[in-house]
Amino acid sequence: MMIVYILWIRQLKRFVRNRSRMIASLANPLFMLVAFGFGFGPIFERAGGGDYINFLTPGIISQTLLFTGIFTGIELIWDRQFGFLKETFVAPVSRWQIIIGRTLGGATIAVFQGLLILLITLFIGFNPVSYFAILPALLIMLLTASLFAGLGTAIATMLDDHQGFQLVMNFLILPMFFLSGALFPLDDLPGFIKVISYINPMTYGVDALRYVLIGQSHFSIMLSVPILLTLSFATVSVGSYLFTKIEVK
Amino acid sequence: MQKNQDSKIIEVKNLTKKFGDFVAVDKINFSVKKGEIFAFLGPNGAGKSTTIKMLTTLIKPTTGEMSVNGFNPVSEQYDTRKSFGIVFQDPSLDEELTALENMNLHGVLYGIKSDLREKRMKELLSIVELWDRKDDFVKNFSGGMKRRLEIARGLLHHPKIFFLDEPTLGLDPQTRNKIWDYIKKLNVAEQTTIFFTTHYMEEAARVAQKIAVIDKGKIISCGTLEELQSQTSTTSLEDAFLKLTGYDIREEQASSIDRMRQRRKK
Repeated sequence: MMIVYILWIRQLKRFVRNRSRMIASLANPLFMLVAFGFGFGPIFERAGGGDYINFLTPGIISQTLLFTGIFTGIELIWDRQFGFLKETFVAPVSRWQIIIGRTLGGATIAVFQGLLILLITLFIGFNPVSYFAILPALLIMLLTASLFAGLGTAIATMLDDHQGFQLVMNFLILPMFFLSGALFPLDDLPGFIKVISYINPMTYGVDALRYVLIGQSHFSIMLSVPILLTLSFATVSVGSYLFTKIEVK
Repeated sequence: MQKNQDSKIIEVKNLTKKFGDFVAVDKINFSVKKGEIFAFLGPNGAGKSTTIKMLTTLIKPTTGEMSVNGFNPVSEQYDTRKSFGIVFQDPSLDEELTALENMNLHGVLYGIKSDLREKRMKELLSIVELWDRKDDFVKNFSGGMKRRLEIARGLLHHPKIFFLDEPTLGLDPQTRNKIWDYIKKLNVAEQTTIFFTTHYMEEAARVAQKIAVIDKGKIISCGTLEELQSQTSTTSLEDAFLKLTGYDIREEQASSIDRMRQRRKK
């Protein structure tokens, strides 16, 4: 347990000390929120969709979880390049402990970022059903964050250096964000987009979070939460398993 | 089980590692006595680092047997890992953490109780003259300071064997001397076995009690400095080394790493 804890705290320390990264990763979603929120707000309302900022906020929080989660997982590549991974690999501890500590650390950072976004949005017009909704929201956020931290780890075990990162960004992270219902409702979409969004794990995170925060959702929470739980368990397990199989250069 | 092996703390029999068709280490045999300072020499790409990686449980051999402090690095990883400390060829510190945080993380990974950890951290950081800088971030350290920190860290759990893969590479003579002074002291005081590689022949000649020369994956000579010199009828280790391994310039190390990378992708 001590092993998991020390690697968890290591992730947090690294994050807190890197101010510029922290600010950059907050600026992006806020910029999205303001640009889309206020830009498309009037049209959304006229079309009968209701308050767009309210609709959009859970989507933007999920975006933060997606980006930060995957990024903290992919950071594993840096650990490998800077050699730190070797130090943990020759230590008398199981690799499962190492990667669970790491992944939990990454997920914690992502949730913290998501929570910051949530707090900021309260000042620019976001109206949750109740302030107590933040508690179940935190739980959903933790699941989503773990899902993507696990996915990031799995990707990192397959990449040799950070050059592949652009591919991941363009062909995985961005499509997952845009086709998740974070920005628009899934209800009346053309068939093929609907199919893609239904197989997109991000969709269930956004939908569950939207349900607990503003009471709207496409799926029943009885469907989205179990799916989310299963998926995050799956990515964390697969990511950790792949991590235990890494061969050192 | 350690007793019947008596004084041999590392034993290697017919050890082989292949990466695809490439044979990095080819049926090597050697042993290191407890408390010995053992130099493992060879040109670039000879198989030095690959051998160290096998001994330290990082990669598994293709065939052959190893014993490290009486344990099998393949089947008894946990006990093997507790037995040794290591300074890798490339730095393996977390640059975003302070010197003390790096030490502490190591101590926790090796399960050292916190009061003992505190005591040893102070002791070791003082010896390598980094106690004053303990709260500085490692990213602000020079190459020599990082190396000293890695040495202190590698000793925190009082290993029986200390592996050093080119510990003095890129360091100035002052730092090199200091590092070796310290390692020799440790070797005498704690009976720690030292297993190191280097490209500095005069360094190996000065500190090693036994020297093995490896080339193209095979051990081509093993013995004391005098034995190596008389075997090759030379008067310095550098000449002996060149006579044994030839004068051709070797492929860069990178190519062997590239090969491993390719293997890993499959």
